[in-house]
Amino acid sequence: MSSVATPPAPAGAPLTKKVLVADHPTWCPGCGDFAVLASFYRVLEKLQYPHEKIVTFAGIGCSSRFPYFVNTHGGHYIHGRALPFAAGISLGNDDLHVFVFGGDGDGFSIGGNHLVHTARKNPRITYVIMDNFVYGLTKKQTSPTSPIGFKTKTDPTGAMDQPINPMRTLLNTGATFVARSHATQVNHMTDMMLRAAKHDGFSVVEILSECVEFYEGAFDAANPRKGGTWSMIDEKKNDGSPEDAARHDTSDELAAMKIALEPWPGKFGVYYENKSRPTKNALEAGLIARAKEKTKNATDLQLLQSTFAKLR
Amino acid sequence: MVSPNTPETPGGGTSPSGAPRSIQDVVIRLAGNSQDGIQAVGGFLARLAGRSDQDVMTYMTIPSTISGGPSIFQVRMGTGDILSAGDRADMLVAFYQHSYDAHISSLRPGGVLLYDSDHVTPVAGDNRFTHVAVPITTATVEAVGGTGKDKGKNIFILGLIARIFDLDVAKLSALIKERFGGRNEDIVRNAMLAFDSGYAWPQNNLRDLFYRFEAVDQAGGPAPSGRPQITVDGNTAVAYGLLAGGVRHGAGYPITPWSSIMETLRTELPKYGGIFVQCEDEIAAVSTAIGFSYTGQLAITGSSGPGLSLKMEALGWAVMAEMPLIVVNVQRGGPSTGMPTNVEQSDLLQAIYGSHGDAPRVVVSPKNVEDCFYIALEATRIAREYSTPVFILTDFALASRIEAFDEPDLTTLMVSPKADLSTRGADFKPYPLDRITRHAPPGARIESGKYPTVTGLEHDEMGHPTGSPKLHTQMTIKRREKIKALGAALPAPEHTGDPEGEVLLVTWGSTWGPGREAVGRIRPAGVKAGHLHLRHIHPLPNGLEAIFAKYKKIVVAEINDEGLYGFGQLATLLRARYANPDIVSITKTDGLTFKVSEIVTGLAKYVGSQKLDGTVGVSSHSALAKST
Ligand SMILES: Cc1ncc(C[n+]2csc(CCOP(=O)(O)OP(=O)(O)O)c2C)c(N)n1
Ligand code: SF4
Ligand SMILES: [Mg+2]
Repeated sequence: MSSVATPPAPAGAPLTKKVLVADHPTWCPGCGDFAVLASFYRVLEKLQYPHEKIVTFAGIGCSSRFPYFVNTHGGHYIHGRALPFAAGISLGNDDLHVFVFGGDGDGFSIGGNHLVHTARKNPRITYVIMDNFVYGLTKKQTSPTSPIGFKTKTDPTGAMDQPINPMRTLLNTGATFVARSHATQVNHMTDMMLRAAKHDGFSVVEILSECVEFYEGAFDAANPRKGGTWSMIDEKKNDGSPEDAARHDTSDELAAMKIALEPWPGKFGVYYENKSRPTKNALEAGLIARAKEKTKNATDLQLLQSTFAKLR
Repeated sequence: MVSPNTPETPGGGTSPSGAPRSIQDVVIRLAGNSQDGIQAVGGFLARLAGRSDQDVMTYMTIPSTISGGPSIFQVRMGTGDILSAGDRADMLVAFYQHSYDAHISSLRPGGVLLYDSDHVTPVAGDNRFTHVAVPITTATVEAVGGTGKDKGKNIFILGLIARIFDLDVAKLSALIKERFGGRNEDIVRNAMLAFDSGYAWPQNNLRDLFYRFEAVDQAGGPAPSGRPQITVDGNTAVAYGLLAGGVRHGAGYPITPWSSIMETLRTELPKYGGIFVQCEDEIAAVSTAIGFSYTGQLAITGSSGPGLSLKMEALGWAVMAEMPLIVVNVQRGGPSTGMPTNVEQSDLLQAIYGSHGDAPRVVVSPKNVEDCFYIALEATRIAREYSTPVFILTDFALASRIEAFDEPDLTTLMVSPKADLSTRGADFKPYPLDRITRHAPPGARIESGKYPTVTGLEHDEMGHPTGSPKLHTQMTIKRREKIKALGAALPAPEHTGDPEGEVLLVTWGSTWGPGREAVGRIRPAGVKAGHLHLRHIHPLPNGLEAIFAKYKKIVVAEINDEGLYGFGQLATLLRARYANPDIVSITKTDGLTFKVSEIVTGLAKYVGSQKLDGTVGVSSHSALAKST
């Protein structure tokens, strides 16, 4: 794979797509993941973080190839474990902006437990799940989101295990920002990722991103150009109008769960947002501050020396 | 001083005047239940020995069931070098009948059985031992009174022991006050009541037991450092070694006997501005730790037994991506859940080869509790310098025992934890073929504007994935050669005893002490024997073949199984590396540390065995025995 030459960005120069493009994506032509990548460039262009402070990480899968295509610090970790790795990055250096990309198998199957526990910890990470309802990289096996009856190489007569409902699962983890989008809706997708990035805590966006190779047409039901219906969550505006009462309050977990239980293809937008729960970054910083206060900001040497003195 | 734990009764019996008999060292085994606080007594004795310039080594078993269960603490204290916890006890303190039943066989002939006559009835007429009956429970209840019942029995015993061995009462009282002070005043008062009552127990009831440790003979030994001694267990020493080495970040998941390292770090790190994360499992823990390392903060993860198996895939990633990392394995009995509170050295090959693919990394192992500190410090240096995961293989024995050693000179040893976020030049490559990788953490600007991707896929010098046969070959060589470069830079291993001769004993890890003592014991019997101890196991230091060539047999002692082909794990490795058929094995899998006599017996097979007949038996008689 050849890299596309990128001119150096002088310090302070604006981050443009030109600077952010790296290796040419290896995805199949028409793969939904291209659109997610294009939206992510737009998100970074809007955010204008210092270039060196952006980190793009991923697990393993077609979608997880993402970091090679973004010219930022980043990496390609092992299958399903990018979240705990990213927690180490975020907690190791609070100045960084950490983005994690991955697939449905990576996130909901092998990495399912990490999803739950990363949400418990609430580190400052933005996680984008590119859900194609199938295992793409390994060429069409059943994924945890494959619908019942979908024929794969591991279920030639059709998938039989109950697929997980991503929104319901994510809400249950306690993630402090949960949203859903569709790779054919570039503006919506960009907006969702942007809001997720600005959220102070663990934010997750599920993006339905079609695998044209192994599950063509999977998301047509939500694509008006393919005869489907695109239905967005109508968020509360707090404008006092009578219509507003019926709109969705994103801080209302129960209401979010109700939307999550709507029949396929369901709604798109921000399901849930918790702006008050402290991040693990903040909690650990507090622990450190209190410990330092107690030890009167002793130097590392003094601290260890006084510990040894107690062991005499 | 070699092997002070020997038979002769130095003082030749109690003098009628009651003057103490002189001894060099003593092994005391306390046997009771885990809630009796016998670990605390052991801890006091160990720390007292540390404060008295005496050497000390302890041996502890903790029942894997939480409450109740039988528990022992064995402490060996004395003057001069103490290398092992002592094969058998000179004194057994039995709290209960089951303690007596289970441990009387660990007492040497001529030893002292001190038992709680409220609970124990020893076999009548057993005159192998000196029987001393003390109604420990009643005496403690009388001394302390109130509602505490028999709480404080342990401190009563401490007083008794202090009296018998003429220990420094002022120092012991200070230790008791330090330990219990700051809490309820009553607790200190009760503890001192129990202690005084034990100390004042009528001498004639103690059958004239009265000993004193010989003065330390400094001549010949290493010069005293002038620094005070500290008394800690191996896990604590590892944690502080890492702190001194600038480790401020880590992640783990609880498992015995690793847990206390993560508990210590979780408590200590925030004071140093650091973070330790308790994760959902060991895979998350190693991943979070590598994530920390990725930000330029050398991090630690660790575990025992099953937890290490879970970390292996991620460790392979760290090798491939060339991330520095510290991995501590406090070995226990395996496989599977195995024997969680026993010792074994059966994870060596896993540490070296445990991930899939060719994944070379560094494996080091401390020889005693003091070395747990220094090896941890050294591991941090190696991990940074060679940008590699470094395994520290300790074990349950090191983790759970307390030793006293010279306080490390922190003013010269402390390492700064600062991450290098400086701008990297335009020629920066994450994986240069002609140099050791120097990771550029996020936050560092890259002048070329080309930001690096760290990856577990085979890659080119810029971190781009590649399927090139040539690059996979070159990168495999790169990852291997940096570890070999470390091998060439390692210091010569510790080689003592006869520089050539009949037999060379090779040890690694906590087998150092009994190994060294065993060689010290057979040489006076006329055997030309050497001892080689390996702290660095992967890579091995260069030049071992020259040492091996000087002996007829190279005998490797390790606590693991001889496997299908008849050799322990290190022996297998050494045979493969040196193709030397004279390398043989002493192995065992009883979950216990080596007794000196077991190694002597193992060596006897390879030397003129009649020479050693007497040597093996020599240690069977107690140092406390009256003149025989
Ligand atoms: C431990 C481990 N098990 C299995 C694999 C093989 N594997 C790679 S990607 C993948 C599934 C990918 O599916 P998904 O996460 O949905 O990503 P997609 O390719 O669909 O984008 C599997 C099973 C692996 N790399 N590592
Ligand atoms: S296999 Fe499917 S998911 Fe993978 S690149 Fe091709 S279209 Fe995309
Ligand atoms: Mg998928």
